[in-house]
Amino acid sequence: MQQPTNSSRRKFLGLAGGAAALGALPVVIIRPAEATPAMLAAAIQNVTGGAAVRTGKVKLEIPPLVENGNTVPMTVTVAHPMAPEDHVRSIHVFNEKNPQPNIANFHLGPHNGRAQVSTRIRLADSQKIVAIAKLSDGSFWSASVDVVVTLAACTEEVI
Amino acid sequence: MASALINVPAKAKRGDIIEIKTLMSHIMETGYRHTASGEIVPRNIITSFTCRFNGNEIFRTDLFPAISANPFITFFTTATESGKFEFEWIGDRGFSETASASISVE
Amino acid sequence: MRFSGAIAAALLAAGVVGAAEIPQAERRSGYDFMKPDTKAMQDEDTANPGMLWVLDGEALWKRKAGGADKACADCHDDARTSMKGVAARYPAFDKTTGRPLDLEQRINSCRTNQQQATPLPFESRELLALTAFIARQSQGAPIETGADPQLAPFIAKGRELYMQRQGQLNLACANCHDDNWDKKLAGAAITQAHPTGYPLYRLEWQSLGSLQRRLRACISGIRAQAYDHGAPELVELELYLMSRARRMVMEAPGVRP
Repeated sequence: MQQPTNSSRRKFLGLAGGAAALGALPVVIIRPAEATPAMLAAAIQNVTGGAAVRTGKVKLEIPPLVENGNTVPMTVTVAHPMAPEDHVRSIHVFNEKNPQPNIANFHLGPHNGRAQVSTRIRLADSQKIVAIAKLSDGSFWSASVDVVVTLAACTEEVI
Repeated sequence: MASALINVPAKAKRGDIIEIKTLMSHIMETGYRHTASGEIVPRNIITSFTCRFNGNEIFRTDLFPAISANPFITFFTTATESGKFEFEWIGDRGFSETASASISVE
Repeated sequence: MRFSGAIAAALLAAGVVGAAEIPQAERRSGYDFMKPDTKAMQDEDTANPGMLWVLDGEALWKRKAGGADKACADCHDDARTSMKGVAARYPAFDKTTGRPLDLEQRINSCRTNQQQATPLPFESRELLALTAFIARQSQGAPIETGADPQLAPFIAKGRELYMQRQGQLNLACANCHDDNWDKKLAGAAITQAHPTGYPLYRLEWQSLGSLQRRLRACISGIRAQAYDHGAPELVELELYLMSRARRMVMEAPGVRP
């Protein structure tokens, strides 16, 4: 970690570390991307039935640095027509480190006009998020992002 | 008390792709939290959100505990005719709420 | 503030932290420290979860309650006109008790005395909803708290508490929010502690909450004993913070990380 040069900042960070030792203030956790764990793989298998998942078409937007893991804005867009004969049928979003791998399934059809959905999600830790789109021709497309969740300072005591 | 906020344009031109935004008040208790005495707080979440237009389903979401409290869901639809959007949230412990919004399509 | 110089001198003489106050031109709402996604959540009504409490509050405003079988609306009519700018003047001086009352206490005083109803518990959904609905009517208005000269001694007490080192971490509010507001603690911005958006929706809480809830959490955070909800010390601290934020713009219901 780079040593801050400003003296009052150094003092302050020292304070934060001391407090964390007391258990008062959680520290920032930054992890590298990890391999896909078995639970995530199983959840994806449930949706795809083992079919190949290609990378592409799907855009998964999540702030790269999250202010609070309780409420993380997320938008998934699939660059694909929404015509009766050729459209996006569903979008499935997964995570690898929450207690459960599923986040949401969105069921769409040609009447949606645009395959784009937004919601807010919970992330227990920095981790990989995967979005998979199922098209009407039965093919699967995906995108994934690594999100860094910085735990807030001065969090409230657990009641 | 359960409130919902729905954002649907009041008017649209036929063929326009419009965005629909919904916000529903709900605690979305994950079922993975413990009280100070170590007991699990039972799961209490919305499990399904459905939007119908003039009676036909146009969008549906399955929700899991990873969806934040007070679920916010947005999606798009093509304006085809005037009519009514009906929204339905269903969840644990018999949770069931509805809301509706009308649109005038020219 | 006219009297602030005198108070600062008095506090220095008493051996309390002599923190430099933030110059007017450098005052910034907590909103300014947020990332664009969190700002967007506050900016649009249908994206702001705090608006769910405002909606509930609007329903409660019209609902009859208590032995008097009266609704808020029966006396105050349309809140959009009668409550406009009101929250921007709270906490305000209450003649009956001779003390400042915050908005939540004012609502409960109305319930007890006018509606003959039981007061709503602090942080209850109902009290937060009514407070949010009333505060929403001041959105965009400049904060005017503290103009009443009768409040001066209570503002001074609130300021004294703000400057007082306390708890196992031996920190005063001022050590963070006056002296280090431009820095970060762990990943989070420290901010200047201007209560412009209360009651507000904290992503951490996943709920709306009052300024008193935030102050109690902050006091616990420095490992001091938090005052009970409604304690005179908390109201004085609220009063000082709101008077310190005078002329800043009301944002309720705000959104914060």
